[in-house]
Amino acid sequence: MNSFTGLPAFEYKKAKTPGDLFQIVEKESGDFRFLAGGTDLFLQMRNGVCSPTVVVDIKELPGMRDLAYSEEDGLRIGGAVTINRLAAHSHVIKKYPLLVEAARSMASYQLCSRATLAGNLCNGSPAADMAPASLVLDAKLELVTADDERAVPIESFFHGPGETERKPEEFLQAVIFPVPPPDYAAHYLKLGRNRAGDLAIVGVAVLAYPDDVPGKYSWKIALASVAPTPIRAHEAEKLLSGEVFSNNLAEQAAEAASQASNPIDDVRASAEYRRAMVRTQTLQAIKAVHADLKKEAK
Amino acid sequence: MSFHTINLKINDVAHTASVEGNLTLLELLRERIGLTGTKNGCFSGECGACTVLMNGEPVNSCMVLAAEADGARILTVEGLAENGRMDALQEAFIEETGTQCGFCTPGMLISARALLDRNPNPSEEEIKQALRGHLCRCTGYVRIIRAVQKAAALESRRAA
Repeated sequence: MNSFTGLPAFEYKKAKTPGDLFQIVEKESGDFRFLAGGTDLFLQMRNGVCSPTVVVDIKELPGMRDLAYSEEDGLRIGGAVTINRLAAHSHVIKKYPLLVEAARSMASYQLCSRATLAGNLCNGSPAADMAPASLVLDAKLELVTADDERAVPIESFFHGPGETERKPEEFLQAVIFPVPPPDYAAHYLKLGRNRAGDLAIVGVAVLAYPDDVPGKYSWKIALASVAPTPIRAHEAEKLLSGEVFSNNLAEQAAEAASQASNPIDDVRASAEYRRAMVRTQTLQAIKAVHADLKKEAK
Repeated sequence: MSFHTINLKINDVAHTASVEGNLTLLELLRERIGLTGTKNGCFSGECGACTVLMNGEPVNSCMVLAAEADGARILTVEGLAENGRMDALQEAFIEETGTQCGFCTPGMLISARALLDRNPNPSEEEIKQALRGHLCRCTGYVRIIRAVQKAAALESRRAA
């Protein structure tokens, strides 16, 4: 690791319009990186993971700092909105407390003054703390190039460690969260080596909302740090959804989530420990969500 | 290599600098402007020693480009005292021995300042949350937390 030394040399360019951006991209033919918060990019550059000749600051593009909620369109989070700004926003706190819970599990407060939701997702880390919450909340990612704009469902966004659906010349303009289902409850449980913002050993997001049939619920479960990408645990969801809740069923679902994981051994934990912790963390999260649903129903 | 002309206010003093793209705000402060109160601990956003306020928000200055700070207001530990009078946090850190070797202290003070600005009466848990990105290798955390509590009490008395 190349600590204590400065960043390798590069040209810094600020794009103020999409026109600026695409001109730079066309000229640099591949040897560029987009800069939002920089909290991942600068580390990768210091560690020699990447060495772009041009770094293009995309924070001042139009709409990148938008943060708005409407009852029709849901929540729109611009590509340059920081984690701290997101977590302090009144509509996010009220309608999407799961995002706040995930945000508060991430890194240090001062890193989150720079780090962005968009960057956390685009970095493509299997351990991205915002990914499980974004998966169970059905986020859509607005990817933009010079002549195209597409909305990608988050479930098809992650391809592998550090690899996403985003092409190098595309920038993430905004992350859109639909209006969540009425009376839903959700939690993000993060197991780390400490509570000082270390990367997750296991991250579990669970979301559930009442079905048409009283006493039954639909469930969504997503995991971080236990597979090559953040994943949904569909089998676990199916076991719970539309069924009368029981502790036995919750245990079966937690086991199914553990089966869905495909973790590796690394410096933070062994694969075996991770699989076991997926089970216990998922069970805890399911129980916490169920307790909230019952409170809500009263 | 091209240079960028930036204008920023550091501790209420206007500065103009010509910076390379890869120069960090930390290097600008320490090596070009000579404000060495801000420390370089890890140069990777882990230790918090280089924390400064940028437009009122705490940031790791090693993780911000000087060029990104164009137009910003920066507060470093040198700017905490006003008219020769120490900030309540500085007084409390001295009284509670919240500083041992002193290397983490500037960052701790800056993040604590930001905390008290947004939440004048934080709980112990809120103090821990705000300071969790600051490593004190003397492990003097208990006294640091006590110092922040004392400063909060001091400021609320002054405000009353």
